[in-house]
Amino acid sequence: MTTTIQGIAASPGIAIGPAYVIATERYVPPAEQADRPQEEAERFRQAVAKAAAELEQIRQATLERMGEEKAEIFEAHLLVLEDPDLIETIEEQIAGEGLKAEYALHQTAQSFVETLRGMDNELLRERAADVEDVASRIMDALRGRQGSSLASITQPCVIVADDLTPSDTAQLDLNLVQGFVTRVGSRTSHSAIMARSLGVPAVVGAGPQVMEIAAGEELIVHAGEGRILVGPDAEERARYVREREQYVARQRELARLKDEPTVTLDEHRVELAANIGSIEDMQQVLDNGAEAIGLFRTEFLYMGRASLPSEEEQYQQYKYVLEKMDGKPVVIRTLDIGGDKELPYMELPKEDNPFLGQRALRLCLARPELFRTQLRALLRASKHGQLKIMFPMIAVLSELLEAKRILQEEKERLLDEGEEVSESIEIGMMIEVPAAALGASIFAPQVDFFSIGTNDLLQYTMAADRMNEQVSYLYQPCHPTVLRLVKLVIDAAAAHGRWVGMCGEMAGDERAIPLLLGLGLHEFSMSASAILPARGQLAELSYASCQEWAQDALGLSSEQEVLDLVASRTN
Amino acid sequence: MTSQTYTILNPTGFHVRPIKAFVKLASEFPCKIYVTSKGKRVNGKSSLSMLTLGISQNEEVLLETEGEQEEEAQQALGRLLTEIHE
Repeated sequence: MTTTIQGIAASPGIAIGPAYVIATERYVPPAEQADRPQEEAERFRQAVAKAAAELEQIRQATLERMGEEKAEIFEAHLLVLEDPDLIETIEEQIAGEGLKAEYALHQTAQSFVETLRGMDNELLRERAADVEDVASRIMDALRGRQGSSLASITQPCVIVADDLTPSDTAQLDLNLVQGFVTRVGSRTSHSAIMARSLGVPAVVGAGPQVMEIAAGEELIVHAGEGRILVGPDAEERARYVREREQYVARQRELARLKDEPTVTLDEHRVELAANIGSIEDMQQVLDNGAEAIGLFRTEFLYMGRASLPSEEEQYQQYKYVLEKMDGKPVVIRTLDIGGDKELPYMELPKEDNPFLGQRALRLCLARPELFRTQLRALLRASKHGQLKIMFPMIAVLSELLEAKRILQEEKERLLDEGEEVSESIEIGMMIEVPAAALGASIFAPQVDFFSIGTNDLLQYTMAADRMNEQVSYLYQPCHPTVLRLVKLVIDAAAAHGRWVGMCGEMAGDERAIPLLLGLGLHEFSMSASAILPARGQLAELSYASCQEWAQDALGLSSEQEVLDLVASRTN
Repeated sequence: MTSQTYTILNPTGFHVRPIKAFVKLASEFPCKIYVTSKGKRVNGKSSLSMLTLGISQNEEVLLETEGEQEEEAQQALGRLLTEIHE
């Protein structure tokens, strides 16, 4: 009988193999006095030195194997070893109260562990594991014992443990260890983070059932779903072996694309960019090989708080994103509030029809103090990377010119104040109002780029709220009418030597990608997780053929016909 | 003795990484350094004690420095408190 245990998906993948169970034994020293406090203090100092030497070795090995970021964990451990509030307290207990080193260490470390465990922040609770890891390392040194039993693994296996310390995880032999399962832990545990970076399938926090698994018992870990199968039958096993092969092949393919440029079969280059809403999205952006940020929605900096973010606060966030992108383009859109996004603290007047009301740039032009603060933060941040500023919701030229005028004024003011401002900031606008799409050639001479926001453009073109289920059938991004609008924008831009991007959901839609490529779109901006599949898709498309398909699609009369056309040509 | 209040801007609060940077820098100064948050005052050179403060975004913290190079320490560490780290 197969038993299924459900845990937390910590690192995806499929692991198959016999269980290697790590027994947990925690040494609790008795409350003893030392005979010679002087010698006891010296013994403690030596144990700390030994622990430090071991940690330095693990840190070096991790640095070589997993890179700087993961090695930082051991830097943090080394820092714990030097922590005055830990080490000096222990030394005082040994010298002053005559306690035995083991007991003093246990007492002091445990009090930090308990304080950290009691905190309401998960990240901080996890740091308790760091202190325990370091304390048990010193304890092993004091007792003259070798720590981890992981070194004695000689055959392929799945590790089953109460918890894995960071140092355990760093030392896993990946030729043998297929994956691991732990009783405790969460997605932000060190062991979970390290498993993801090593690409080891792992399920954590699977509860007490885990400890009932017997050594050598056959396990299947479907880590992506946090599921553990104990004692599977031959049929199940064969099915998962196949699934593992497919998964590994797919991962290898996507990983290969991460640092590759985006090129079609016939060598046409386009750019795949990421949409972000906050700096917390940046890790995903970097992990998925984005070539740029195509849309940074700054309104999230303004939401979920009690007052407006200051210039300094915004500057820090923009600077962070620009620096993380390391010279790659970053398109930051100025505040897009109103419509469905409200800011309670601004006490904006209620509108009968907010989507047709004073939203986004319209609001910014009416409240220039709000706008100027953001522009100053952007301009100041420009020296940290390749910044492009984008204005949302423009319908007529005067709005664009007014926004540009205010930007120029703030730039001159900053330069007068002695601030450094980049000389090569590109200025662009969103195309999301049909008037802007139809009038693209009016705007093109005044901007460096357009970015088509398909979610709003569709909504305004079809006059249909896509959140309203009664009319959601009108959400048809591949409708020939929409494609014609896109073409109009790209052609107008091309006539003036400008580039065009797209930052709506359509840009990452695999059905739309061949058409957008064919229409001549330069930049596709999507959620980070869609980038690698899109890069794979584009690598198999021919730009020349897509140009023909797009041309044909423009002449059709319904979205269904367009989708049928794409499906028949791509298969 | 110098003392000044700062508002933490880092979106994820002032935890593991920022604390590491803070403690590293603090340890380079000979003066005593204290950080107070929500009424609890700890040694600014101890990362463990700093962690137990659980400082979150938009929280105000008090930084006190006392002794040799207290002015320099106040300036350098104050800047770290308001920076974005992660």
